[in-house]
Amino acid sequence: MNMKALTLPNSILDTIGRYTVKSSFFANTNWGRLSVISVPTLWLAIFFFVPFIVVFKISLAESAISIPPYTSLFDWDAEEAFLSIKLSLANYLYLFEDTLYIEAYWSSIKIAAVSTFFTLIIAFPMAYLIARSPPEKRTLLLALVVLPFWTSFLLRVYAWIGFLKKNGVINDVLMGLGITDQPITMIQTDFAVYIGIIYTYLPFMILPLYTALEKMDVTLLEAAEDLGAKAYQSFYLITLPLAVPGIIAGCLLVFIPAVGEFVIPALLGASDTLMIGRVLWDEFFLNRDWPMASAVATVMLLVLVLPVMLITNRAESKEGAK
Amino acid sequence: MKRRSIFLNSSSMLGFLFLYLPMISLVVFSFNESKLVTVWGGWSLKWYTALFQNEQIMTAAWLSIKIAMITSTLAVVLGTMAGYVLSRMGRFRGKTILSGWIAAPLVMPEVITGLSLLLLFVAMESMFGWPAGRGMGTIIIAHTTFCLAYVAVIVQSRLSMLDETLEEAAMDLGAKPSSLFFLVTLPLISPAIISGWLLSFTLSLDDLVIASFVSGPGNSTLPMVIFSKVRMGVTPEINALATLMIAVVAVGVIAAMYQMRRQNKLSAQFK
Repeated sequence: MNMKALTLPNSILDTIGRYTVKSSFFANTNWGRLSVISVPTLWLAIFFFVPFIVVFKISLAESAISIPPYTSLFDWDAEEAFLSIKLSLANYLYLFEDTLYIEAYWSSIKIAAVSTFFTLIIAFPMAYLIARSPPEKRTLLLALVVLPFWTSFLLRVYAWIGFLKKNGVINDVLMGLGITDQPITMIQTDFAVYIGIIYTYLPFMILPLYTALEKMDVTLLEAAEDLGAKAYQSFYLITLPLAVPGIIAGCLLVFIPAVGEFVIPALLGASDTLMIGRVLWDEFFLNRDWPMASAVATVMLLVLVLPVMLITNRAESKEGAK
Repeated sequence: MKRRSIFLNSSSMLGFLFLYLPMISLVVFSFNESKLVTVWGGWSLKWYTALFQNEQIMTAAWLSIKIAMITSTLAVVLGTMAGYVLSRMGRFRGKTILSGWIAAPLVMPEVITGLSLLLLFVAMESMFGWPAGRGMGTIIIAHTTFCLAYVAVIVQSRLSMLDETLEEAAMDLGAKPSSLFFLVTLPLISPAIISGWLLSFTLSLDDLVIASFVSGPGNSTLPMVIFSKVRMGVTPEINALATLMIAVVAVGVIAAMYQMRRQNKLSAQFK
């Protein structure tokens, strides 16, 4: 009994103590600092974070022929003072029932992973060469990498239509050289989608790789050579491990946007090239089914984007801890 | 050693060819007389005249340029604030969240950003009556949101490379936080701010997916017009447009390179 009587005022004191500390914090608040912090934070909260909540909310509604084309989740009956909340899981169930969606998620992951891999293979020697070039040449080569990045993405994808189509440049050259007698179908295939993704995302892979390789100490390689390491050995044991942060960053910058890519499959892919970004687009613009599109987006965010971001975040902080 | 450098050079060469051949063919065929894009009919400038006479493309281009100008200015103000807050303001509550919100838009698939912003605008309109309808304003808000993330990252990395002693000296000499920022920090990070503005401008000018979601009827941006034209088939006017854009960017990149080289030489002299 006594003990309890003693502890009670203590805990109250504790609370008061905390409260006073807090209020003195407010008294010392630097309003200039607070506003500089809160303006961009609020902007991102309203226009980046809250939208996801809205998407999740609407994914639980039903599609309806109205403006906006979905039902309301909350129904307030003022007379009866009755609030009814109606959450529909039908959209999510349908995602698993209709194989179209699972196939689209799966094939997006496949297409993005394969393209990311080939982007890495193509980008690595380029980044390596740039990092080992003399400074004068390095600026020029970097500018050559950056230049396509500044030109329109849409127009660069468009350039490949002229290149890959039936009477396009590649087929003309192949037939002119007598390698084939009839044009090869390249446009509107998965192959064209791979090419398109690798092509447009290549600079995103080269730049982080270059940053990692440039920091590398070249004397390590010389030491390895002096100690009798073969070229491939010093590559696997020295260059590759040191390039890991760049590889992670580059793969992240290519893989995630590629999973949700819409423009490339729409312009270069076949009508049956399934990618989830395209499914979402069609669900929204063609079927005008906003709740279904929201459910697709929610699953895409939870299953594809968030895990990759968390994994890379962890890998990066591990790198940083080293 | 020698064999390795041959491998490196040739594979990089192929990589650069892969990057440039499609663009070069776009440029060449923009001067093609023939309507058939891949049949050579002699040199001609007629697609450039056709481009400038195409009212639909010109209206859309003007709208896109206006949007890009306002977007990049807003993004530079907000993004510089965010970058400054993250690298110079020490710890504060919500710092981790803010840095996550800065990193996420860079990799977020555009369809998700576009859909979520549209649904936000629709919900806000029915709740507060703002934004009334969709069009230029909503596109600017959407573009500013993802551009500010790019600006923040550029500004942040510039600030982390900067010698902090200059700012400390100013503080020791009694500069107020505001004059410290405007007189010392801002001039030092101006290259980052300029490249952030330019990057935001091109990102905004180029965006198709997000603008398609958040724009209203009668507000087609340039990428939306290009996309609908390209879907119908290859059009030589678009080749001409692409060539003009590539030319502008190439001039810009060469100028930036020249500037960098001059600065390198200058700093070499001081060493």
